[in-house]
Amino acid sequence: MSVVPAPAWRRAAPPQDVQTLEPPLFALRELGVRYGAVQALAGVDLRVLPGERVALVGANGSGKSTLLRVLHGLVRPSAGQMRRDGAPRVAMVFQRPFVLRASAVGNVALGLWLHGVRWKQARAQAAAALQRVGLQDVARQNARTLSGGQQQRLAFARAWALRPDVLLLDEPTASLDPHAKREVEALMADFAASHGSAGPAQPLTMVFSSHNLGQVKRLASRVVYLEHGRVLADLPVHDFFDGPLPEAARLFVKGEMT
Amino acid sequence: MSAILQSAATALNLVTSADAVLWTIVARSLSVSATACALACGAGVVLGAWLGVARFAGRDGVLTVLNTLLAVPSVVVGLGVYLLLSRTGPLGGLGWLFSFKAMVLAQALLVLPVVTALTRQVVEDAERVHGEQLRSLGAGTLLRALLIAWDERYALLTVLIAAFGRAVSEVGAVMIVGGNIDGFTRVMTTAIALETSKGDLPLALGLGLVLLAVVLLLNVLIAVLRRWRQRVDGAAIGGMAVAA
Repeated sequence: MSVVPAPAWRRAAPPQDVQTLEPPLFALRELGVRYGAVQALAGVDLRVLPGERVALVGANGSGKSTLLRVLHGLVRPSAGQMRRDGAPRVAMVFQRPFVLRASAVGNVALGLWLHGVRWKQARAQAAAALQRVGLQDVARQNARTLSGGQQQRLAFARAWALRPDVLLLDEPTASLDPHAKREVEALMADFAASHGSAGPAQPLTMVFSSHNLGQVKRLASRVVYLEHGRVLADLPVHDFFDGPLPEAARLFVKGEMT
Repeated sequence: MSAILQSAATALNLVTSADAVLWTIVARSLSVSATACALACGAGVVLGAWLGVARFAGRDGVLTVLNTLLAVPSVVVGLGVYLLLSRTGPLGGLGWLFSFKAMVLAQALLVLPVVTALTRQVVEDAERVHGEQLRSLGAGTLLRALLIAWDERYALLTVLIAAFGRAVSEVGAVMIVGGNIDGFTRVMTTAIALETSKGDLPLALGLGLVLLAVVLLLNVLIAVLRRWRQRVDGAAIGGMAVAA
């Protein structure tokens, strides 16, 4: 019996800058998600290693957002398995952040308070988080009156304050103007260079979805291309942009399909 | 026609001359309804918010019953409370019948479904949009419900005002459990009914004018709140580019 090698675009894609011997943070096997009659994900096999920066790309409705929600635990798979290594602290930033009608610092503190931090301490940590994203001057301002870009930075502060091991981002710059986009992308890069709750020995893992291929090139170490809920390509970032790809992914990269 | 005009003129005179009888009735009426609304809102907002977020077997049935209770006539609520508080009723020992407390209880039960149902709708709509993000922050069902209710507090203020309007303008429940006792349980609506039947139109009209003014004031408050909310929310939306 002969073993047929997997096509190049489906081979395991260990990133060059992480230890491949480490157990994966997330291991998905034949995972599927169904919303009524809609099959959002089907037969997804995916392993996310600590410290990876994984970009999920694909057309609208390809399953990127659902996959992020599965990784977070917000959506329960209807088929297959998902294993987590330990209990990584996961934070998520959404395309359109939800901020409460409260001060910016109160919004950030709320996330900490929900994780068991005392309110007074939470506010102090929230102030530091706001400083990190450059929002210290509007800390006491009603978060609803902030601009879209500022609200997204607030969402980053809320995520950063939790000291996550894994940061999930669902098209975090899609609703922003070019200036705010640059600011948020700088924050993403800052996050990517930081570490998880266990300190410098544990690099932060980032999984984000994006339609912006330039952003993917700049930030990702690995690219997963999805179509109709299936993973069609899973490659290190350089191979994704320079190597052979399935036709749909090739058209996507060329910008002929969005 | 002249009789009506004469009655209206006398009524206006009663209102503007700080007539003690009229204003005592007005004050009692407002305090009964305000107390009832405060009680109903305390329970109704929490219950409605929870119903807006929680998913459980039989939820649709609970919502159907809740929506049915919205249409229950006030006299039926009054009758139910009367049976509860009458000497042979389960709460007869409290001795509340024909008292301020009985009227508060009846009106609170009358507006509780209104507050609960409207709160549920407001919170459920908001939860559909934002609930996932609160879940991602670690908020469980009850906390999520309370956080969304708090966040939608301006929308809920209009619910509270609408509930107060319903309470202050009802007549059936307070008539049955309060007894319309002069100087004790007489409120605006029961006084209007009584004075009209007696032919004392000026006092009935005067009370009617005050009642209309109260309801008008409530509607103006709702309109102002809505406009204010639109301004605040508009500012937030304006900062976000339109998504492709």
